[in-house]
Amino acid sequence: MEYIIIIISALLVNNVVLAQFLGVCPFLGVSNKVDTAIGMGGAVTFVIVIATTVTYLIQIYVLNKLGIAFMQTITFILVIAALVQMVEIILKKVSQPLYQALGIFLPLITTNCAVLGVAILVIQKNYNLLQGVVFGGSTALGFGFALVIMAGIREQLELADIPDGMKGVPISLVIAGILALAFMGFSGIVR
Amino acid sequence: MNQLQNFTKGFIKENPILVLVLGTCPTLATSTSALNGMGMGLATTFVLIGSNVVISLLANVIPDKVRIPAFIVVIASFVTVVDLVMQAYVPSLYETLGIFIPLIVVNCIVLGRAEAFANKNTVFSSLLDGFGMGLGFTMALGILGTFRELVGSGSIFGYKFIKGDGILVFILAPGAFIALGYLIAIINRVRKT
Repeated sequence: MEYIIIIISALLVNNVVLAQFLGVCPFLGVSNKVDTAIGMGGAVTFVIVIATTVTYLIQIYVLNKLGIAFMQTITFILVIAALVQMVEIILKKVSQPLYQALGIFLPLITTNCAVLGVAILVIQKNYNLLQGVVFGGSTALGFGFALVIMAGIREQLELADIPDGMKGVPISLVIAGILALAFMGFSGIVR
Repeated sequence: MNQLQNFTKGFIKENPILVLVLGTCPTLATSTSALNGMGMGLATTFVLIGSNVVISLLANVIPDKVRIPAFIVVIASFVTVVDLVMQAYVPSLYETLGIFIPLIVVNCIVLGRAEAFANKNTVFSSLLDGFGMGLGFTMALGILGTFRELVGSGSIFGYKFIKGDGILVFILAPGAFIALGYLIAIINRVRKT
């Protein structure tokens, strides 16, 4: 039950992009086509789950043990950057099709604040490892979910007649706002 | 003249939020009120100045291949400094900004300036560039924060101007997206004419 609450809360109620504003840059950047949105969502999910596990273990067994919890930001970002590189190299060797599908998105993920954000949130919320991984996974799915919806809308938008000044980023932001409004309808499911 | 341009280009011409559209995450999240927005802006400005100066000093020492990780370490150090200082001296602001203080590390503006400017320019120009970009960022956050606070709760910097409740949605998430969208649209329109 506890896990179901974490999943619904991270996926819908506190959607990472639309309610917590993490990962807005890639959300606006790669939401042009549904295909790329799915690819990006997959890559982010993959990295977030691994990154959450590794940073959690480092926090508990290295930083807390040595009493240097203030080094959290530096350590986490380095771990994530190294991890993304490693995932890229391993994927290239092990699974060529998966690399073809996710490869181009991987370098972009280091600067996706959702990854570092989730890693820090898991520590702040005092989750245990399994809760942390479930939280990370469902947050990442929520990111992919929002990204795919947005891409679907933007594909249709190409046919619409938009005033000059609103073209590009502004109209995307306004749409994201309306989406966020719709997602607010989920609040109240979980406290 | 050229140095002056390095300083002022961040305000309007290359404003990191309104024109380059970088660093949207902290912009949307922390502009719930004028004070929060400005606080976040100033914290980022400090990191920008510090990282720009140090990186321009080290630019010749750092090998080209590992420059990105090296930049990130420098930036993360300054973010940790800001994080600890704010926790000690402005705990209430630190509490409201929360996770977005450590997340300055992944703010695209900071790494972007390091890579695009500080890496190739002198210390003094980098300092001015960081300062100008930071102020441009602070200004945009201030404008957005003031607007959202005024419409959302009828006050500015905590002083109540309008009686009754505001349009609550502007303080919540959807208002952030919509307000920033229209602000960028207005800037686009002004820049074209």
